Amino acid sequence: MAYNEKVLDHYENPRNVGSLDKGDSQVGTGMVGAPACGDVMKLQIKVNDQGVISDAKFKTFGCGSAIASSSLVTEWIKGKSIDEALTIRNKDIAEELALPPVKIHCSVLAEDAIKSAVADYRSKQKGSL
Amino acid sequence: MNLPIYMDYQATTPVDPRVMELMTPWFSTKYGNPSSRSHPFGWEADQAVENARAQVAALIGADPREIVFTSGATESNNLAIQGIARFYKERGNHIITAVTEHKAVLDTCRYLESEEGFQVTWLPVDSKGRLDLAQLEAAITEQTILVSIMAANNEIGVIQPIREIGALCRRRNVFFHCDAAQGVGKIPMDVEEMNIDLLSISGHKIYGPKGIGALYVRRKPRVRLKPVLFGGGHERGMRSGTLPTPLLVGFGAACAIAKEEMVAENQRILALRQRMTHGLLNRLTHVEINGDLEHRLAGNLNISFAYVEGESMMMAIKDVAVSSGSACTSASLEPSYVLRALGVNEEMAHTSIRFGLGRFTTEEEVDFVIETVVQAVEKLRDMSPLWEMAQSGVDMQSVQWDAH
Repeated sequence: MAYNEKVLDHYENPRNVGSLDKGDSQVGTGMVGAPACGDVMKLQIKVNDQGVISDAKFKTFGCGSAIASSSLVTEWIKGKSIDEALTIRNKDIAEELALPPVKIHCSVLAEDAIKSAVADYRSKQKGSL
Repeated sequence: MNLPIYMDYQATTPVDPRVMELMTPWFSTKYGNPSSRSHPFGWEADQAVENARAQVAALIGADPREIVFTSGATESNNLAIQGIARFYKERGNHIITAVTEHKAVLDTCRYLESEEGFQVTWLPVDSKGRLDLAQLEAAITEQTILVSIMAANNEIGVIQPIREIGALCRRRNVFFHCDAAQGVGKIPMDVEEMNIDLLSISGHKIYGPKGIGALYVRRKPRVRLKPVLFGGGHERGMRSGTLPTPLLVGFGAACAIAKEEMVAENQRILALRQRMTHGLLNRLTHVEINGDLEHRLAGNLNISFAYVEGESMMMAIKDVAVSSGSACTSASLEPSYVLRALGVNEEMAHTSIRFGLGRFTTEEEVDFVIETVVQAVEKLRDMSPLWEMAQSGVDMQSVQWDAH
């Protein structure tokens, strides 16, 4: 199977690989997928006092499309408010990367990762109130 | 050194230039139909076909009259299993095979089971991929007509105890079919010494052309088959269809070369594989070799690189042509059934890469591949959340994953 150019670009030059401090109350961490299924995504967001995502990092175990999907969403969500970030749909990711049908689940996982990271951030905020 | 490097010799092999040269005239000037008895075009083609038949037979210790040409090992497996089952169905309805066989064997057996009332026993293998002889013997019943076991596995290169299986089948009066697509030309195969009744061979796995293969069918004691293809009654009625002379000439030549060079070639390839194994194991941790290392084809190295998914690994080493047991590389999205049968967990199956070395693999290529793979694994582990967790001491088994 030949890969789409955008997938290859994100795969070869992944944006925002790395980790943020899990213990930081400004940081939300989402971990989705399962090793047995062949893909696990960790997405972390750092949210500033204005509720804007100032930084995002990912680590992904998975195929090229999974890596590209997570790399792409880190680019997309940076600078967005968390509410805006939550409007990103897997369809948008799949379209941008021209994912074939068998790789759609990679984009679903990336959408789930955003939701999961935001949910973690919000639960931390609630806890600190 | 040319890129990309081919390391997928279990998938297919290039046609040896010596083979190619011999084939050429049979496409252009010597185009007769070997079945044409009435003119020299047919006679010369027939002679070439019979010469090829003798070359194939010689490689496996058979009589030329025991060789039936087919389109390849898939067809040979179909003909052997369907042919025996249908011819001997009055004698019994039970077939024994193993879970790590090639799909051409598994799916043929499954078809006979679901559509034609046969009973099939699917033998398990141990964690090294080897069959247990006692289990095989225990599975044989009064109804058993056929045991079908491969010589060497296509994914992990593990060699089965064919001689022992042959002796057992002969003693219990059960036909023994051996899918030797990966074995012939790589390891010594002798149908007499090994008591094999039917043996499948593929041309393109031994530096011959694609689209040609053979089924060895024993004459003494005679083994009979119901044909699968009907027509002009070629190949003693067992496989109709005009014989493709150029492919046969190539297949025969490939067998002759294999017979001549197998021992020396194996030593050379084994040394390359050992170089590669050591190169990788010395520089990487959390690496597992899948399948028995002792009973194994020289040219096969199947390795799981923990925490690095197979497809992304193949993208990272795009200058090296390999295959993976990862789900993402298959249409079914299921990881390799062969690795699963060895008890390799799904996670590790997703991280497996099969390196296939062969006749034209060089030391320089092996060194390049080691370097490329080590860099790729390091890069992808840096990017892997699982590696990060493992490094910080998280017990992966204790994590609650949301399976999807």
